Amino acid sequence: MKHQFEPFWWSWFSAGGTLSALVLPVVMMIFGISVPFGWIDDPEYDKLKSLIAPVSSRILIFICISLSLLHWAHRFRFTLYDGLQLQHLNRSLAILCYGSAILISLFAGYVLWNF
Amino acid sequence: MQQQITLEIFRYNPDDKEGPAYKKYEVPFRKDWVILDALNHIKDRIDGTLSFRWSCRMGICGSCGMKVNGNPVLTCASFLEKLAPGPIRIEPLEYFPVIRDLVINMDDFMDNLKKVRSWIIHEKDDNLDEEYLQTPDQLSDYKQYSMCINCMLCYSACPVYGLEPGFMGPAVIALAQRYNMDSRDDGNKLRMDIMNAEGGIWHCTFVGDCSAVCPKNVDPAGAIQRYKLEGARAWWTRWLLPWGKE
Amino acid sequence: MTIFWWTRKKSYLRFILRELTSLAVAFFTIEMIFLFWSLKEGPDVYHEFMEFLRSPVLVFLNLSAMAGLLFHSITWFNLSAKAIVVKIGKARIPGKLVASVNYIAWIIISAVIVWILY
Repeated sequence: MKHQFEPFWWSWFSAGGTLSALVLPVVMMIFGISVPFGWIDDPEYDKLKSLIAPVSSRILIFICISLSLLHWAHRFRFTLYDGLQLQHLNRSLAILCYGSAILISLFAGYVLWNF
Repeated sequence: MQQQITLEIFRYNPDDKEGPAYKKYEVPFRKDWVILDALNHIKDRIDGTLSFRWSCRMGICGSCGMKVNGNPVLTCASFLEKLAPGPIRIEPLEYFPVIRDLVINMDDFMDNLKKVRSWIIHEKDDNLDEEYLQTPDQLSDYKQYSMCINCMLCYSACPVYGLEPGFMGPAVIALAQRYNMDSRDDGNKLRMDIMNAEGGIWHCTFVGDCSAVCPKNVDPAGAIQRYKLEGARAWWTRWLLPWGKE
Repeated sequence: MTIFWWTRKKSYLRFILRELTSLAVAFFTIEMIFLFWSLKEGPDVYHEFMEFLRSPVLVFLNLSAMAGLLFHSITWFNLSAKAIVVKIGKARIPGKLVASVNYIAWIIISAVIVWILY
């Protein structure tokens, strides 16, 4: 059964898609655009650090990061699969995409765990 | 106003040694003519060998679907005026084998229609003496999906149908939903197994063009996404709750 | 089918662009991991990282990624309204209303994040 796990990955894709659509643009607007262009000041180190330090914030951040990555993995897998017509590489694409999402999530988990 | 308009029509005869070719025809340019009128004019007055399917001329039989200037449309509902000054290119629906000229082979579609059990399934044997009552609200749950006329324009618009051999395609999945959501039907679980298997809903990447070309506003793309949501819910129920019912 | 099938129609091109927004999501997520890493390492590394974000290459990448993220959000909110069927009583709520709920949630969440940070 080739499609046994499709619902599983699709669930993460959907959850991650929703979360990233809601959360990422504003964070990018702050750190990626407003701060570099000098429209607003850099967030203060101590304040940012103390905001992220509580376990609950770190768990929330980890959920955002890992779900966004799984969202990317699923979508990008199908972009390659259909867009570049790599149907014959189905299994390798799945391992590559989901695998890297999981590895990067683990790295994020390591960073946040030792925060 | 122009007097004539040019149609470039895809011609293919399996008995000819030459392969497929485009042939040009000049037809009168009339405000009240649709493509199908022009095709019938050609068949009656210019070239009787042109083959194409049509029947009702009023957008309900679903047999006159073709590709016009690259877009799948019902030729009985596409006015020449909208496509002026031409030339207008007319081709058979994409991704289907061509039998001759504008006539395609729809066996794959018909097979899939059977595969998804597009009819009402009763768990118990049919009792012919009993009536199956349905309220207008229950009808409204699936009515949109029941409007499908099997014209297959959505197949011609779906790149995944072209890319993925075996994919059942938009219309039959929407029709499976039509029966799933019918209060008289008990075939939900059976169809879910078919949809989760090879060729089912998980090939769809929501390009969405199927819904854009549908002449009856069936919204097959929406039907498939709803199906995925339902499929995902069933998957988690099965794995997390061993006693759970799907 | 040719490998460039997605250039044949405007709607296909739009589709492939929508799918490629996932790259913006992944890129920015990784950038954020490094932001947290710099915070963990101490104020000096954090300030260094903020300087790094000011470099022209990063500004260019971030502007492109921002466009991708916005396109992702807008298409996601509009399309999810097609998959989610909400009923109040017997009537199905129109998709536009479901989409506007998405947008309202987006605005509220964005405002809350700005409020927390500043």
